[in-house]
Amino acid sequence: MSRYIERAENISRLCEAGFRISLTPKVGGGHKEEWLSTLKSAGVLESYLSVHDEITGETAINFLLFDERNASSVTSCLTSARNNARIVRTKLTRDMWESLNDTWIALQAVSPQSMTNARLPDFLDWVRHRTAQFRGALLGTVLRDEGYYFSQLGAFMERADNTARIVDVKYYLLLPDHQAVGGAIDTYQWETILRAVSAQRSYRHVFHEDYRPWRVAEFLILRPEMPRSLRFCYDWLNVTIDGLIERQHPELRAAELIRSTHRLLKSSQMDDIFQSGLHEFLTDFIDRNNRVTRDLAVDYCFAQAA
Amino acid sequence: MEQTVGQRGIAREIIFNEMIGPEGAPRGHYVTLSEWLEQQPSRELRRKRAEAESIFRRLGITFAVYGSTDTLERLIPFDLIPRIISAAEWRLLERGIEQRVRALNAFLLDIYNRQEIIRAGRIPADIVLRNDAFLPEMIGHRPPLGVFSHIVGTDIVRTGPQDFFVLEDNLRTPSGVSYMLENREAMLHLFPELFARHCVAPVQHYPELLRQTLEAVSPVAPEETTIVVLTPGIHNSAYFEHSFLADQMGVELVEGQDLFVSGGALYMRTTRGPMQVHVVYRRIDDEFLDPLTFRPDSILGVPGLMDLYRAGAVTIVNAPGTGIADDKAVYSWVPEIVEFYTGQKPILQNVPTWRCAEPEALSYVLDHLPELVVKEVHGSGGYGMLVGPTSSKKQIETFRRILKARPSNYIAQPTLALSACPAFTKSGVAPRHVDLRPFSLVSDRVRIVAGGLTRVALKKGSLVVNSSQGGGTKDTWVLTDE
Repeated sequence: MSRYIERAENISRLCEAGFRISLTPKVGGGHKEEWLSTLKSAGVLESYLSVHDEITGETAINFLLFDERNASSVTSCLTSARNNARIVRTKLTRDMWESLNDTWIALQAVSPQSMTNARLPDFLDWVRHRTAQFRGALLGTVLRDEGYYFSQLGAFMERADNTARIVDVKYYLLLPDHQAVGGAIDTYQWETILRAVSAQRSYRHVFHEDYRPWRVAEFLILRPEMPRSLRFCYDWLNVTIDGLIERQHPELRAAELIRSTHRLLKSSQMDDIFQSGLHEFLTDFIDRNNRVTRDLAVDYCFAQAA
Repeated sequence: MEQTVGQRGIAREIIFNEMIGPEGAPRGHYVTLSEWLEQQPSRELRRKRAEAESIFRRLGITFAVYGSTDTLERLIPFDLIPRIISAAEWRLLERGIEQRVRALNAFLLDIYNRQEIIRAGRIPADIVLRNDAFLPEMIGHRPPLGVFSHIVGTDIVRTGPQDFFVLEDNLRTPSGVSYMLENREAMLHLFPELFARHCVAPVQHYPELLRQTLEAVSPVAPEETTIVVLTPGIHNSAYFEHSFLADQMGVELVEGQDLFVSGGALYMRTTRGPMQVHVVYRRIDDEFLDPLTFRPDSILGVPGLMDLYRAGAVTIVNAPGTGIADDKAVYSWVPEIVEFYTGQKPILQNVPTWRCAEPEALSYVLDHLPELVVKEVHGSGGYGMLVGPTSSKKQIETFRRILKARPSNYIAQPTLALSACPAFTKSGVAPRHVDLRPFSLVSDRVRIVAGGLTRVALKKGSLVVNSSQGGGTKDTWVLTDE
């Protein structure tokens, strides 16, 4: 449930970043590239290409936001979150349920056909507000029991996966030897990456300097104070898994992998990551994150142990 | 020569409409917008206007009006319809502004040092040296890179296709850039489809350029530089802008009491102990900067700051004393100043100006009060002025007495027929008068963000665009060549 809410939020941020760059004066091959990488970052490029032949802004936005054939579309995520919530209704506080349910009811009134460019920014804002509201309701009202820790696991694994994908799709822009020509266009590229994780302002507060590609990579991977960095997510997953073990599950398969990934992020230096390959590092990370999901599924009997 | 320009300015009774050409058809760079406007039902525009207001309220981009008992925070009215400047028009403006900004900085460096322009007899010594805006404390000082005014907001008005006039140079602490940036954000939110149909030059990198400019004049290397924005505090009308710029640059926003001088360096108090500061982007006036040097009763400044500054341990931006170059008494000499320091004719014109200190000019002004704008030499914000054409006989006669009593305190200018742009008013889309304030950043080079703040007189027929007098703002789009 929390995982779906987190995903809905991330998808809407990605959409916003992609949409925004599509409003800037066109560079080189136009904005098709931008939507291609947005779909890749969202992890839905394959499913998109299975139903569409061509990539345009309009179809990409529609697919990301409303297409029910896309399990990660905002509509699908918000619907799944509510369905899951109904199943475990007694575990939810009233505030949480009402938040989810209100969101879902309002969503029923939104017609994808009406989502013209003019209305899109409003809708994306709305998704961001509703997901923030749900998180606030959860943090402010829920008992710190097993269910709480479980919801946090889901949310932060989702967030880590999302950030890793965003960085990976644009990793070539973030290498130290990327030939920065400077000026507005490059600034836009990096700002788009940061904007996709709502970090364009906090970047400057941490680094006190202009955007530099390798700094952007460091910010999103290793900085513990950046709430969407891989490091932050795993700091929190590490605390969460201890919370779960303490409360109910002395034996969790996923624990070992979370701890080792956390140690890896804590001990990594950006220089080493660049040396051994940023793309390779991210691929390995995404793989680890997926294995944690699989291990948890086994721990919680969602699937048969392999 | 000035007189002829003046007569031309007055004679031009037909107002230049920036969108519609003389044949009634939209000008080239306005075609798309004009077509789009025709398709918009008023209802939709009204809805957008309400949405815009809630966006600005939510951002908290509000201001306080001095002397107003109204305790509510006010919004500067925002007009929905963007003003469009073609790439060719912008190139002209950009060259003209850069020329002027360079010349005025050269002038400042000169008059606080060798005073060659005075020795060459190109400007009367009294105008400069006996001017309250001339700061003797700055004599002999050479700031980093020789730059005095790093952030300039040049006010420009237009009366015809190629006729741009500089109204004021604003070399002290020009404000309004946050409106330029937030207006663009709001427009991206409100009318994304319009951006998709135009190639609009971006403005959002302004904070980054500002930061680079501040670092370029730091006494230490850029990566070791700590910058602060110095604000008079939350009651200042531009406080939103101060906090906005500090946030956008990722630097601290401080008040005077947060800073102190010790052992030849400037420090800010932080929760982790004192931290050295190298560049102060101050948004307080010269006289409040340092009670040991200027007003002893100032509690806004930092005691000892000026000594540090003169010793080169810290850079104050803009430098103290820049007011002498945008003083209204000096204004009429700017064409001379441009020629003296650049060896070229000014690209942008001055508004023809009568210096009432000169007897001939005074008698002309007294004879033509109903058609002139008379301004106080040291005034700002449109308070101590007379706008002849819109004043009653009684107001004019009152002003005549004031003017006769202290003529050297005033200058007069013709009322220019300011160009008009479409605005969304109560009675629908209608032309309203506008001016333009582009922002220049000066360090080792001059960088001007394409666009600026367009102010619009929302009252029908009004020529006063100041926000304190009921003016509003609109987004300004500079088109790039495709």
